Amino acid sequence: MSITVRIPPPLRKFTGGAEAVESAAHNLTELFDTLDQKYPGIKQFLCRPDGGVQRFVNVFVNDEDIRFLGGAQYAFKDGDEVLLVPAIAGGRPRGCRG
Amino acid sequence: MSYLLHLKCRECGRTYPLEPLAACEDCWAPLEAVYDYGALWSDLRREELETRPPNMWRYHELLPLNGEPCVGKQTGFTPLVAAPRLAQALGAREVYIKNDAVNFPTLSFKDRVVAVALSKAREFGFATVGCSSTGNLANSVAAQAAAGGFHTFIFVPADLEAEKIVATRVYGARLVKISGNYDQVNRLCSEIAQKYSWGIVNVNLRSYYSEGSKTFGFEVAEQLGWRLPQNIVVPMAGGSLITKIAKAFEELKRLGWVEPMETKLFGAQATGCSPITTAAKNGAPEITPQKPNTIAKSLSIGNPADGYYAVKTILGSGGAGEDTTDEEIVEGIRLLAETEGIFTETAGGVTVSVARKLLRQGRLNPDELIVLAITGNGLKTVGAVSGKLEDNGVIRPKLVDFEEQYLNLAAVAKA
Repeated sequence: MSITVRIPPPLRKFTGGAEAVESAAHNLTELFDTLDQKYPGIKQFLCRPDGGVQRFVNVFVNDEDIRFLGGAQYAFKDGDEVLLVPAIAGGRPRGCRG
Repeated sequence: MSYLLHLKCRECGRTYPLEPLAACEDCWAPLEAVYDYGALWSDLRREELETRPPNMWRYHELLPLNGEPCVGKQTGFTPLVAAPRLAQALGAREVYIKNDAVNFPTLSFKDRVVAVALSKAREFGFATVGCSSTGNLANSVAAQAAAGGFHTFIFVPADLEAEKIVATRVYGARLVKISGNYDQVNRLCSEIAQKYSWGIVNVNLRSYYSEGSKTFGFEVAEQLGWRLPQNIVVPMAGGSLITKIAKAFEELKRLGWVEPMETKLFGAQATGCSPITTAAKNGAPEITPQKPNTIAKSLSIGNPADGYYAVKTILGSGGAGEDTTDEEIVEGIRLLAETEGIFTETAGGVTVSVARKLLRQGRLNPDELIVLAITGNGLKTVGAVSGKLEDNGVIRPKLVDFEEQYLNLAAVAKA
């Protein structure tokens, strides 16, 4: 089983610039743990200390907010695309302004 | 010139230079504009401010621009209307309407935030601007971007009211209609903002954009004779406006321009999209997202970006959150129109009907001063009420027809 996780620009410093990574995680908790094993430090941006999703991060699975799918209870399916999106986007500008 | 010092993370307090940034790099929380209140206190007197032209820029020291605005120079200073007939209908003593239904140039409070955001976009050197919108923001960005000579990309849910689509396209804006609700539109917009270096007013310019909402609060206080209202009822979509009205009142107190008193802030939503009022009723600021289903499309944000802070603001003020059904929204629109001659859109119907509900519940004190925030114009959502108004049909151009149909005099004469 494999899912694709799309990494937002502020977290690509952990993934060596990769915009998307593959994962075999079965649920959100597992995903955060395996991401942190592979990219140490990334979890603190995604999770509160109690394991819940950070207040300012939205997690989408195939375009649906994971909270509508059962949140941490949701079991990932093969081929799922997981999107991690900051609730408030807008980091430092890159490139030229057009 | 502004007295803006820096941007500061609302959670961890880390400060940032004045760049197009909206979120903290450490904790992703929103950034807040911080001003040099000490210098402002010694430099500026409210008496001086009163001599300035009647628009939102009379408070420019408390707005985040370095220089003159490039658009929206006449925006703001909308009427604060005493509403005795509405007050009587609601069973309240003193009600005022802050009427942004006649704001310039596009008849909603969004003209305030867009005037700030696009002027800031020009200062940052952005040539292309955009937004994700439930309608009013789209109208305002389209109009003011046209006036400022910006390129635009405007992202909206495809099922928006026809009036709001036309009132965006007419300005030549590139309108991107998306099959999805606002929250999905906003998610796409966030991805776009992260990839392209454009000035998206409610995304990467959000820290500046949202400051424009403070002028709504400044004006209410000044128009009341430099005093704060005891209560204000505010419609909520993303939840930013109510937090910025609270910030405006705090700044006025800090500057000593008003007597220190606590205003109770009441947040209004439609029952079909009530994530913020639901959290407020539960007494905790954590937001559970909803799938919007209401005629109040301008308030249809199921996952509000500032919802958490809106709830904290409401609860901290001693106010409350309340929601209202689609039928009650239409009643609210009609009540305001029939008592005060002000035609508001669905969001205004939410505000009026929630105020009525809070008064009936005894949570809004009828003996205290109440301000209702009317943020948009009824001509933009005519479909909400058009089928519900009395229609007597068509008559021939004959006196007898008129009398029969409307005065019933003919019947009286025959009797």
